Amino acid sequence: MASDATVLEQYAVQPDVSRPQRIRRSLWDFIRHKPLGAICGAFVLLLVIIALFPGLFATASPTVGFIPDRYQGPSLSHFFGTDELGRDLYSRIIYGARTSILIGFGVVALSTGIATVLGTASGYFEGWVDTIVQRIIDIGIALPGLVFVILFVTSVQQIPLVFRIIISVGFLIAMGNTRIIRGAAIAAKANQYVEAARVVGASDTRIIFRHVLPNVFAIILVTASIQIGAAIIIEASLSFLGFGVQPPTPDWGYMITSAQDRIVQYPHLAIFPGLAIFFTVYCFNMFGDALRDVLDPRLRGAR
Amino acid sequence: MQQASPTQAREHKVSMGDTLLDVQDLQVYFPVSAGIIFQRKVADVKAVDGVTFTVKRGETLGLVGESGCGKSTTGKAILQLNRPTAGHVGFEGTDLTKIKGGELRRFRRKMQMIFQDPYASLNPRMSVGSIISEPLTIHKLASGKDKKERVQSLLQTVGLNPYFANRFPHEFSGGQRQRVGIARALAVEPDFIVCDEPVSALDVSIQAQIINLLQDLQDQFGLTYLFIAHDLSVVRHISDRVAVMYLGHIMELTDRDSIFDNPLHPYTKALLSAVPIPDPQIERQRERIILLGDVPSPLRPPAGCVFHTRCPIASGECRVRRPDWRNVGTADKEHWVWCHRV
Repeated sequence: MASDATVLEQYAVQPDVSRPQRIRRSLWDFIRHKPLGAICGAFVLLLVIIALFPGLFATASPTVGFIPDRYQGPSLSHFFGTDELGRDLYSRIIYGARTSILIGFGVVALSTGIATVLGTASGYFEGWVDTIVQRIIDIGIALPGLVFVILFVTSVQQIPLVFRIIISVGFLIAMGNTRIIRGAAIAAKANQYVEAARVVGASDTRIIFRHVLPNVFAIILVTASIQIGAAIIIEASLSFLGFGVQPPTPDWGYMITSAQDRIVQYPHLAIFPGLAIFFTVYCFNMFGDALRDVLDPRLRGAR
Repeated sequence: MQQASPTQAREHKVSMGDTLLDVQDLQVYFPVSAGIIFQRKVADVKAVDGVTFTVKRGETLGLVGESGCGKSTTGKAILQLNRPTAGHVGFEGTDLTKIKGGELRRFRRKMQMIFQDPYASLNPRMSVGSIISEPLTIHKLASGKDKKERVQSLLQTVGLNPYFANRFPHEFSGGQRQRVGIARALAVEPDFIVCDEPVSALDVSIQAQIINLLQDLQDQFGLTYLFIAHDLSVVRHISDRVAVMYLGHIMELTDRDSIFDNPLHPYTKALLSAVPIPDPQIERQRERIILLGDVPSPLRPPAGCVFHTRCPIASGECRVRRPDWRNVGTADKEHWVWCHRV
């Protein structure tokens, strides 16, 4: 066939590229094309390290203060100033990252786990599976969120508080996520290559894992990264309302609560924990957004 | 596509023989449901409403018709992608409509499909190599190094560079993607391939390459094709026999030369007269049959012969009674028509 040669000559022969080389190259691509996403990604990584080893970053004890030093403004000895008990605010924020990150990741792991299983099954199989799952979701969405979380956190005393928060907030967020993932699964299922996979003999399990889930993955990732932020905010709200992590454990939300009486005189007490929440949430969102853009091979070509 | 003259009839290296596929009275209805709280079926879209034909081993049966006449649905129903509402699809003696699950999946080794849109039919997240090797993995035909070699040889078979295995579909042109789709279909070494308008999404220059590739592969592997198309010149070039479809029914089915030189059914005649002839003098002189009106809705197909609303020779009988599917040719030169008036 004459066309064989022309088709073959269209591209020069390119040998395989090794896996570490490919990873290094795509990491560099990510930094080059998504600088903001990369910076935010680095900050997310830093936050995780801070949450794991707060001792490396803190300059003072987060729980023990020196009363005469209370209500100091930011200075070289106390970067963010001190609170009403003379505790170093910077160190408290560093230690407070642990709660926020633990709850943020825990909630998102639980909620995306539930939502991925239910949403994909619901969207892929349709029929009665879909009907049952969606009616349950309807009930879940109709629940008043914060009231449900407070009820759960205060009533089930057998498990540690942090896990109570993770479970209740996780279930709550999973409801909406299931809807989103179901929609994406229905869209992914309609692709012709799913039909093509069926023609070559792929089973439902294979089609779900190889053809549907990878296309839902970008949406899972973006919702997850945005909801780490949402979960951190809910956790902060819970602490602010007094149902969250109990003092003296440092917590960003609780720090804002305890600052509210003196916010006019000593605004730094609320500003720094607020900024910590803001930056954390912002970085998770931007990082997730950049990841989505890079992980989609169709967008990869069109940069 | 070049116009192929009948004298250039292609010689088959494989002998055409026994019946590979036997489709009888195939019906595919899509239910239309309505209702706010309780969904109930209000009507059926009669996409395919009783078609009967056979495909012999090694031949190419062309299936032509306008958009929406049910040709793709027929192809998909044969492969059980849409389960038929009624009828019989015999493949090597097994009725495919009766089997399901793992048993049906085993049959998928023997029958494959090439899709119309090479952009939609390849998963953009999988490399070309994993797309082609997927059927090998599923049917446990090869693994490890063997699999990699099979993928490379398949790429070569369809005229692509074996090094393309690591690339992704978006890096290819439409024609190259269609070659990947063909390689995927060939991976399981099928007997039968449904080609669902495999060239209609491609540039004309690329169409010829793909058609030639399909013919070469047929000779090489003894493949049997059901070639669905709406381009009559493409069908004329590649088919051994041609079936003409209209509104869920096959109107006429006979060998390629008879259908183009001696069409009997009024719909076939009208369809053929719509093909432009690349000679202005003949084009000016010849009489074109222009059909009036639109294709009726498959939701409410006309009673009697579905073509009677637009047929130039319809009589009273055509409006009330369904025609029979009958052979007006001879036993060895069959010519099937679905018309009272022929």
